[in-house]
Amino acid sequence: MQQGSLLELRGIYKTFPGVKALQNVDFTLREGEIHALMGENGAGKSTLIKVLTGVHIKDEGDIFIKGHEGAVQIRSPQEAQRVGISTVYQEITLCPNLSVAENIFIGRSKGVGVKWKEMNRRSAELLDSLGIAVKPTQQLASCSIAVQQMVAIARAVDMECSVLILDEPTSSLDESEVAKLFKRRRQRKERGVGIIFVTHFLDQVYEVCDRITVLRDGQLVGEYEIESLPRLQLVSKMLGKELDDMADIKNETKTFNDDGSTPVYEAQNLCSSEGIKPFDFHIKRGEVNGFTGLLGSGRSECVRAIYGADTVTSGSVKMDGKPVKITKPKDAMKNGIAYLPEDRKRDGIVGDLSVRENIILALQVKTGFFRPFSRAKANEYAEKYIKLLDIKTASTNTPIKSLSGGNQQKVILARWLLTDPKYLILDEPTRGIDVGTKVDIQKLVLKLASEGMSVTFISSETDEMLRTCSRLIVMRDRKVVGELTGDQLTQNTIMETIAGGDRK
Amino acid sequence: MSKLPDVNGGGSVLSRVMRNQILIPLAALFLLAIFNLIADPSFFAITLKENNMGNPVLSGQLISIIDNGSELAILAIGMTLVTASSKGQDISVGAAVAISGSVILRVLCGTDNSPETLQAPIIVAFLVAAVASMLFGAFNGVLVAYFRIQPMVATLILFTAGRSIAAWINNNQLPIAPGEEFKVFGGFIPGIPIPTPFLIAILCFIVTWAMLKFTNIGLYSQSVGINEKTARLNGLNPELIKLATYVILGLCVAVTGLIKVSRISTINYSVIAKDIEMDTILAVALGGNSLSGGKFNMAASILGAYVIQFLTTTLYKFKVPSTALPAYKAVVVIVLVVLSAPVVREKLSRLMKKIRSSKNTAENHA
Repeated sequence: MQQGSLLELRGIYKTFPGVKALQNVDFTLREGEIHALMGENGAGKSTLIKVLTGVHIKDEGDIFIKGHEGAVQIRSPQEAQRVGISTVYQEITLCPNLSVAENIFIGRSKGVGVKWKEMNRRSAELLDSLGIAVKPTQQLASCSIAVQQMVAIARAVDMECSVLILDEPTSSLDESEVAKLFKRRRQRKERGVGIIFVTHFLDQVYEVCDRITVLRDGQLVGEYEIESLPRLQLVSKMLGKELDDMADIKNETKTFNDDGSTPVYEAQNLCSSEGIKPFDFHIKRGEVNGFTGLLGSGRSECVRAIYGADTVTSGSVKMDGKPVKITKPKDAMKNGIAYLPEDRKRDGIVGDLSVRENIILALQVKTGFFRPFSRAKANEYAEKYIKLLDIKTASTNTPIKSLSGGNQQKVILARWLLTDPKYLILDEPTRGIDVGTKVDIQKLVLKLASEGMSVTFISSETDEMLRTCSRLIVMRDRKVVGELTGDQLTQNTIMETIAGGDRK
Repeated sequence: MSKLPDVNGGGSVLSRVMRNQILIPLAALFLLAIFNLIADPSFFAITLKENNMGNPVLSGQLISIIDNGSELAILAIGMTLVTASSKGQDISVGAAVAISGSVILRVLCGTDNSPETLQAPIIVAFLVAAVASMLFGAFNGVLVAYFRIQPMVATLILFTAGRSIAAWINNNQLPIAPGEEFKVFGGFIPGIPIPTPFLIAILCFIVTWAMLKFTNIGLYSQSVGINEKTARLNGLNPELIKLATYVILGLCVAVTGLIKVSRISTINYSVIAKDIEMDTILAVALGGNSLSGGKFNMAASILGAYVIQFLTTTLYKFKVPSTALPAYKAVVVIVLVVLSAPVVREKLSRLMKKIRSSKNTAENHA
């Protein structure tokens, strides 16, 4: 181990069926530092954290921890705790039916007996020192989510640990709570404890961290001093695009002739239960636009609000200039909106049902409960789209779950095209599918738009967006922070807008 | 399409049948039949007799199976839908049958315990019972769909309270429905030698077939059971669909109640349709349907119900005492269910492949 380092990971590999989650990842945490672990969703941050905390067991590689001879094995969360690694997860992992004090001390007592008074007294001191206004005897479930998160942090802080991992602890905390947390964190720093901080919020990283390690697609991009990595650079590292590479794709960008007609869809102050800031949005006939931003910036939540997939909490919506109410997916479907969800497996496919049933599902629901399609009619629809989109399936009877990801995606696309929508929302239609299919889908989007369909397109790959969209809405930290059209549609401007803050 | 293989997934007719889940109850039925054929071929004898009313009726073990299996088969229809949509089972059907039967007798007999004549038309009594049963079904459905209580836990309430409610409806009396007219539903229609319960069951199958063909209940309930999130994003209302399946099961319960009380013209609150919920769930499982919801095969469930009745009748035939019956049944059930479990089937097919390939290599060496 190097002098001054607290924790070293060397050459970590982790593979899940079909996914190489981590490939040859190195990570070094030094004494007393706050080290940010950055990367988009799916970059491998969570997997790395879980390897460290014993939730997943690494396939290959070594973990060294100060004070332990040689490489240590971490095979369970208990072992992780024993070697001094303490974690606060994004989701609250406490027991809501126990009291605050019990939650702080659960699994840490020695011997059989519980000293209730002692436990409550120490909890009170700890909560007080952290400025958390809650009684130790209160039941955890009766506290707000933010307080629960703070209790989880208090628990982690109180443990005898040398490495403290905070896995997006701030996403459910408001600003004053974050400030309190950071204050406490600086105190820890003085005691020589190292902190690994995982977050999506760039502001927080630049406020408190000393060093940044960036992961992308399960691989290490690099480790950087915070001073030497301006925001824009960080964003480009996370997205995997060097600034020089993306000089001028601009000439490829699309322009949309706004003829001043009424928008097909128009929303004002739209807001949903998923914590996005209210936003305005419109799209015209034949237009292709997109939401861009880092994953977790709220772009999916925006389109889900448009479709009524999440509970819509405020806002007014007009379709073709007429006010309409869209509170649930069925309303959106009736108004000619179609939505291809981001998570194909969770929200898109009905796994055990056949390709045919998956294709007709939306149109069947639109047609009505008492008017099922005949088998022949359903087959005709299915075969038409299998041919049109070149879906590779043995038959219309094959269960969709046995198809490859790209073909599953095409089936979902077929489902929505079959409903002949006026406005099509595609959230990450190209994720996890082969390059050929990606190009097919982009071409299809442009063709549909030329035929008069309005399309909103979301993709993590900026060049795909640039190739298809004539207008981009940029999101950061669950807010719309900019809108780019025409000449502004370049990789650089997009990244600058995403990064915000200091523009270099 | 021409480039793609056959629409039905390819393969011969035989391999298509082999893949069909109806194979499981069919195989069980076949085994039971073979067993009886070897043990005592007279099991399959059917004779035409005259009953005490002077009507020609068919009798024999097979007739007894299609007669007594009817209630189970009718309940299996509703249970299949409930399982598909709510990924759980309704364990209150036995108690609900008691309620339905009690309501029918209450309407037929009025306030008198053994009236001279029926106090109301049978159709009225049945309709009242149907409404009551569907309301109780809706009660279960609301708990499951809207309060998101586990189906078994939610229906435990009615399972516990149902028979008391049934007794309370008739002030804990045991009313006796007068006349031969009411006995028809659990007996024979004069001039028709086939037991009426089986005819009622056939009618239910036809209605179910029509329901599955002319409405989307099948597609909707399966979608909700397989992936509720997707179902919602495709404009379905998962809660309403779950509720609907529980109401349909309520209707099946009402029909069962009618047959049950008609068989004896009266009711025994603690015995009527006892343990039928477990047999019904078993019928669904035996039909190769996953008890954790999703895709279902209605015909296989119905066949499963008759297989269970076949088993019960076989055991009675071999003079197994009724107290020991459940134990024997359990053994058979364990074998059937374990053999039809996907894990075992996968292992078996792998084993078969191995045997075949080792045989091939042996032959090649020779």
